[in-house]
Amino acid sequence: MQVRNSTMAAIRFGYGFHPGQTPPNGAEDLISSLRRGASEKPLFPTDSRAKRGAAIQEALRARKRNKGSAAFRNLRKSLRQSAAQDGAKLLLQRALSPHGFFERLAAFWMDHFAVAISSPMHRAIVPDFERTAIRPHVTGRFADLLIAVVQHPAMLIALDQPASVGPGSQAGQRRKRGLNENLAREVLELHTLGVDGPYTQADVREFAELLTGYGVNRETYAFQFAAKRAEPGAEAVLGERYGGDPARADHAVALLEDLANHPATADHVAGKLVTHFVADTPDPDHVRHVSAAWRHSGGDLPAVYSALLDHEAAWRGFGGKVKQPIDLVASTLRAMGLTRAEANMALKRNARQMVQATAAMNQPLLLPPGPQGWPDEAKAWITPQGLAARLKFASRIGLRLARLNTADDPRRFAETALQDALRPETAFAVGGAPDKWEGYALAIASPEFNRR
Amino acid sequence: MTLSRRMFLGTACSAAASPLMTPVVFANAPGENRLVVIVLRGAMDGIGAVMPVGDPNYRQLTPRLMAQTAEGMADLDGYFSLNRAFSPLMPLWRAGELGFAHAVSTPYRNKRSHFDGQDFLENGGSDASGRLTRGRDGWLNRALKHIPGAHADYAMAVGRSRLLLLEGQARSGSWSPTTDLSLINDERGLLSMLYAGDPLFAEAMQSAERLAETSMGDNTPRESGETLAAFAADMLNAQSRIAAFSIGGWDTHRGQPAAMTRAARSFNDAILTLKTRMGRNWNRTTVIAVTEFGRTARENGSIGTDHGTGGLMILAGGAVRGGKVLGRWPGLGEGDLYQDRDVLPTDDVRRYAGWALAGLFGLSTSVIERSIFPGLDMGGDPGMLA
Repeated sequence: MQVRNSTMAAIRFGYGFHPGQTPPNGAEDLISSLRRGASEKPLFPTDSRAKRGAAIQEALRARKRNKGSAAFRNLRKSLRQSAAQDGAKLLLQRALSPHGFFERLAAFWMDHFAVAISSPMHRAIVPDFERTAIRPHVTGRFADLLIAVVQHPAMLIALDQPASVGPGSQAGQRRKRGLNENLAREVLELHTLGVDGPYTQADVREFAELLTGYGVNRETYAFQFAAKRAEPGAEAVLGERYGGDPARADHAVALLEDLANHPATADHVAGKLVTHFVADTPDPDHVRHVSAAWRHSGGDLPAVYSALLDHEAAWRGFGGKVKQPIDLVASTLRAMGLTRAEANMALKRNARQMVQATAAMNQPLLLPPGPQGWPDEAKAWITPQGLAARLKFASRIGLRLARLNTADDPRRFAETALQDALRPETAFAVGGAPDKWEGYALAIASPEFNRR
Repeated sequence: MTLSRRMFLGTACSAAASPLMTPVVFANAPGENRLVVIVLRGAMDGIGAVMPVGDPNYRQLTPRLMAQTAEGMADLDGYFSLNRAFSPLMPLWRAGELGFAHAVSTPYRNKRSHFDGQDFLENGGSDASGRLTRGRDGWLNRALKHIPGAHADYAMAVGRSRLLLLEGQARSGSWSPTTDLSLINDERGLLSMLYAGDPLFAEAMQSAERLAETSMGDNTPRESGETLAAFAADMLNAQSRIAAFSIGGWDTHRGQPAAMTRAARSFNDAILTLKTRMGRNWNRTTVIAVTEFGRTARENGSIGTDHGTGGLMILAGGAVRGGKVLGRWPGLGEGDLYQDRDVLPTDDVRRYAGWALAGLFGLSTSVIERSIFPGLDMGGDPGMLA
């Protein structure tokens, strides 16, 4: 199906049409919106890291004193409630922002650098990760994004880095503790070179040694470098030597810079970007084009995004991607014309319901399945069970719209949401539904509303 | 038009996703023999589970782990001891319904990636780099095509994510016992019109409808080792002869004693539920539990272990010849380890799966070596079936 570039810009590269916002017209609008997206503060601020850190510490201390106490249970409960607020705020940010392409990219990087923290308490610092490690670097250099991510306490905790001690370091010698390879391995395998990249087990090991000393201050929850845990001496990774005595945090930074500019990283991440935005099986020429822009610009992300958009494959084959559940919910809220006031109200009253809506479709907010992030291909989401969950969601929204919005009409809803992507079959089914709520539900359940 | 009541009730119980949530897949086959394949996701520490305490190097490699786990381990054969996390399974060991194969692995080497390792384990290929076979399908799915009378199109998945094991040309769907089909039951006509032009959606919709008719109702508790196994047991007591699901939580980089206890609890529950619920059929059942790779022989700096190579396979069921630790033990001494870090794999885990398929469903060695596990040398019968 071929649709207008403006429809592609809104749906494939954003979170869809919003009746109260001016949609982007094409590539130029998308690129020019990035600067605005980057400069605007998040619409729904979350607690500072210090505040969350203090709350986590308080809960941990209460647990240490008495695991069964009411004091501990209350502290844990309030952290859980914050988590529901955090998830809802992220969803509403994506649904309400007029800079959809920026938000999609922020979401892409959140997933590329997925932090899966199983402790419900430590999960409370993940919003800070999004706000301070991801968002400020979406339109900068990949190297800076990577460094910010690897030095953020959420990533360090998620991949066990605070437990890694150089075996030859002061702390390692005294306490007989040693390395934990988790972070080093995932940076190479998932964040940079890719699993087919040119690294060996020895590189993982040496990189893990280089990363020793990276940790988290348990009072402030800030990144901290502890030289007494750092493995002495230089390390050889990918044939280069890094670091030396005395150990410093920027020894690993030098390696992260090199990894960010490595051709294998360019290929790996370019492939992921094109796969995420354009097609499950991307056009190899499109990937090469994006990878070439990466190499020429030294991983300057705006140049990479321009290359993503200025290839003709970016603008053909509408429907090649299926919206993941979080995106389906965000684009539904947009199609409903969600306002700032409604969003504020929803945060107060319905945060939990919004969080459950995506979780019921197997994609809980801020809770990826592991460091590899969410699956990206249509087949992983449109399973019988996955589709049944989408139909259930569509039914519930249909009921709500039919109750709230008596003057509106499902046909107009479908036209506003899909414009020229609306197929005649869907228009007919929506118009032919015996009840208004079913009309809305069918529009939301339609293949073209679930695709992009 | 009346609204289904379930639609309103359904909103109250949308379970948050659990990391242990997993699909189950089933297939029909003729005869009474039953095979259950459990994928232990995350790379189980083989020597942490079945501990080679007879090897003097073991304590030296894992001093802090041993300080926490030596107590309560159960002697198996004078050389190996079972971690207490698995102690609920000891009665099965004594009854000859539980066995192990040590130092086994797939041919996957060196990259030690969970994600590739798991896909490769389910795909059954031979390429050490982890490249999947051309069809990128599951070995169990390929096996179905060679079992005369197997109802390949009945393969179905229960759960919230895909399981490659049964994926491929034989059709398979998936279904979760925790989600009902609330939708628009009355408007199937309009829905099929909506999806007619989109095969992916149309097919998913068809399976959803078909499975909804046989689904388990609204009140199923959330998926755990026990509920999954109970559902699998019911299916195996009826038409199904092959079931597969996975149990996660084995990626024990830190705090391994507690983490392994949690994961093992799910596993123990699954095995004991299968045994209880399958009754006489348990005697015709073979369970093989496999993992993507083993872990480092040495403990790491955080009372855990990192990704390794040689691992452990667990065998259970009334049809297995248990009470033995199979496999050629490579030792843990100087020069015995793979790349001076991991348990050296001395056998191919696919060989055991292959011999299970041969013994239970009569597949020939040549079919197994050619089509199911291309590149495998079946070698001699390891004697795992009674």
